[in-house]
Amino acid sequence: MSIVHGSAAELAKLLAAGEISSVELTRQYLDRIDRCDGEIGAFIRVDADRALEQAAAADRRRRAGEDLGPLAGLPVAVKDVLCDRDTVTTCASPMLAQFRPPYDATVVAKLKAAGAVLMGRTNMDEFAMGGSTENSAVKTTRNPWDATRTPGGSSGGSAAAVAASMAPAAIGTDTGGSIRQPAALCGVVGLKPTYGRVSRFGLVAFASSLDQVGPIGRTTQDAALVLEAIAGHEPRDATSINRPAPRYGLTVNQPLEGLKLGVVKEHFAAGLDSEVESAVRQAIETYRSLGAEIREISLPHSKYGVAAYYVIAPCEASSNLARYEGVHYGYSTDQTAMFAELNAERKRLTDAGDLQAADDLDPPLVRMYRRTRSEGFGPEVKRRIMLGTYALSAGYYDAYYLKALKVRRLIRRDFDEAFRQVDLIIGPVTAGPAFKLGEMVDDPLAMYLVDLYTVSANLAGIPAISLPCGLTQAGLPIGLQLQAPPLEEERLLRGARMFEAATQWSEKRPANHTNGRE
Amino acid sequence: MALTRAEVEKVALLARLRLTESELATMTEQLSQIVGYVDQLSEVDADGIEPMAHAVEVVNVFAEDRVEPSLPRELALANAPRHNDRGYLVPAVLGE
Repeated sequence: MSIVHGSAAELAKLLAAGEISSVELTRQYLDRIDRCDGEIGAFIRVDADRALEQAAAADRRRRAGEDLGPLAGLPVAVKDVLCDRDTVTTCASPMLAQFRPPYDATVVAKLKAAGAVLMGRTNMDEFAMGGSTENSAVKTTRNPWDATRTPGGSSGGSAAAVAASMAPAAIGTDTGGSIRQPAALCGVVGLKPTYGRVSRFGLVAFASSLDQVGPIGRTTQDAALVLEAIAGHEPRDATSINRPAPRYGLTVNQPLEGLKLGVVKEHFAAGLDSEVESAVRQAIETYRSLGAEIREISLPHSKYGVAAYYVIAPCEASSNLARYEGVHYGYSTDQTAMFAELNAERKRLTDAGDLQAADDLDPPLVRMYRRTRSEGFGPEVKRRIMLGTYALSAGYYDAYYLKALKVRRLIRRDFDEAFRQVDLIIGPVTAGPAFKLGEMVDDPLAMYLVDLYTVSANLAGIPAISLPCGLTQAGLPIGLQLQAPPLEEERLLRGARMFEAATQWSEKRPANHTNGRE
Repeated sequence: MALTRAEVEKVALLARLRLTESELATMTEQLSQIVGYVDQLSEVDADGIEPMAHAVEVVNVFAEDRVEPSLPRELALANAPRHNDRGYLVPAVLGE
């Protein structure tokens, strides 16, 4: 088996032992991308030259005997939503197609400082809004397990890149499930940290009280390694938590003694695919056989999670995305055409004698904003801006936004109550396996309901992980979700690793991308 | 709850978006559907519950009042579609 199918943790060991050079490893991944990404479409851009420079630098430092961190020389792919001063950062949107950030996001700076090799930028739903990566204005990403299906989203490019062995690890972001859902649909591991565990500085904002950056890898050990490198307090993000980040990589292999796992009875309701249900129940039995105590718990408000989320996230998005107005950065409408349009409309109305209407026309500045935003945003982004603007507008604020914030607290209280009885919560990530490309593009509400099992962790701010726990008859991956109390990523990773070590699911690779093309 | 076309037009203005006729029709239908779904929040008895705006309620993060270097002007302007050496350029707001 080619080295590119290895896990990040294994490769990091080979690099540290000098058994492979970073340049050699990086070249293998670049070759792999050349062969596979035409079909998969995980990357928006591959930064081959810079990757090889960073790899050479890591090799030099290692030869010089410098004390290098565990990520030194390891290829990592980054979702195109984190600012990197060396490259455009597009959010898969025409609005930012040419945007060159003036600074690095903290996560990018930390990866660079750790000596990681930044392979390129991965595809995503525009501004991270979506669950299939189909809202990308750049390209379609295909699921490596079945190219007619979506990789999930919004971090679909990052999950597909890891699943197709085009990078051993990747960075994603998760506002309502955007790391965990694509990880589940692509058969890889994805972790959403506690809100505030990883700095959001330089992360292009979608919903600021929910957004969190996290790792995607083949194994829980990979997730531990990458999380360790990117976590930690950072004063430029005022919501960043001022607590030291543990060395997750050092403890991930230690099983949890006397583990109490909570099974949420509301999770196994109508709508859950039977193959997913049976894989998750099997996983619960595996834990039981490992000595875990299984307790049924209730999260009575979880069924309102999607409703609360699709008020709060669009409200925050409508406010955050107000910054795209064609003045400070990003796309701007053609002003000559804008003035010509205004003059023509004014003339038409004046000639028709409708002076009031001529007076009511959008003035140049408003016209520029509206044209810029209508031309620069795709349909889903517009839909969410509209939804948020509506929910925040006079007369609706109390019924929607304020009510959603109250329900959010009830959801959090449910978790607090549950975690008094159990150490971790176990359940599905998604109601079904990867769906067909195009299947839900015309039905936004159906698409939103895909987030049923993931949004509550964002609303409550707790950490959660998705790891592979089975394959359907058709050979599609199934994800298992574990959730932990705030700041208990170490417990989450150790608990997840217990299942991973007892099963072989994380070793499965999509067939057509392991043999056929080598 | 069904939104009217006029409401959607008003929201589009507030959001500084412009919708074509067909976008307006689709948006009216889709927003009505989504708002109809989120209306289930009204079932929840949340009287007396403190709204939760943030997941981790960190309060009063203070920074020392000290002058530090900020983004240089030329870098801040570098991505602007229209600018001179001092600032951003916009269409005239007054007395056009």
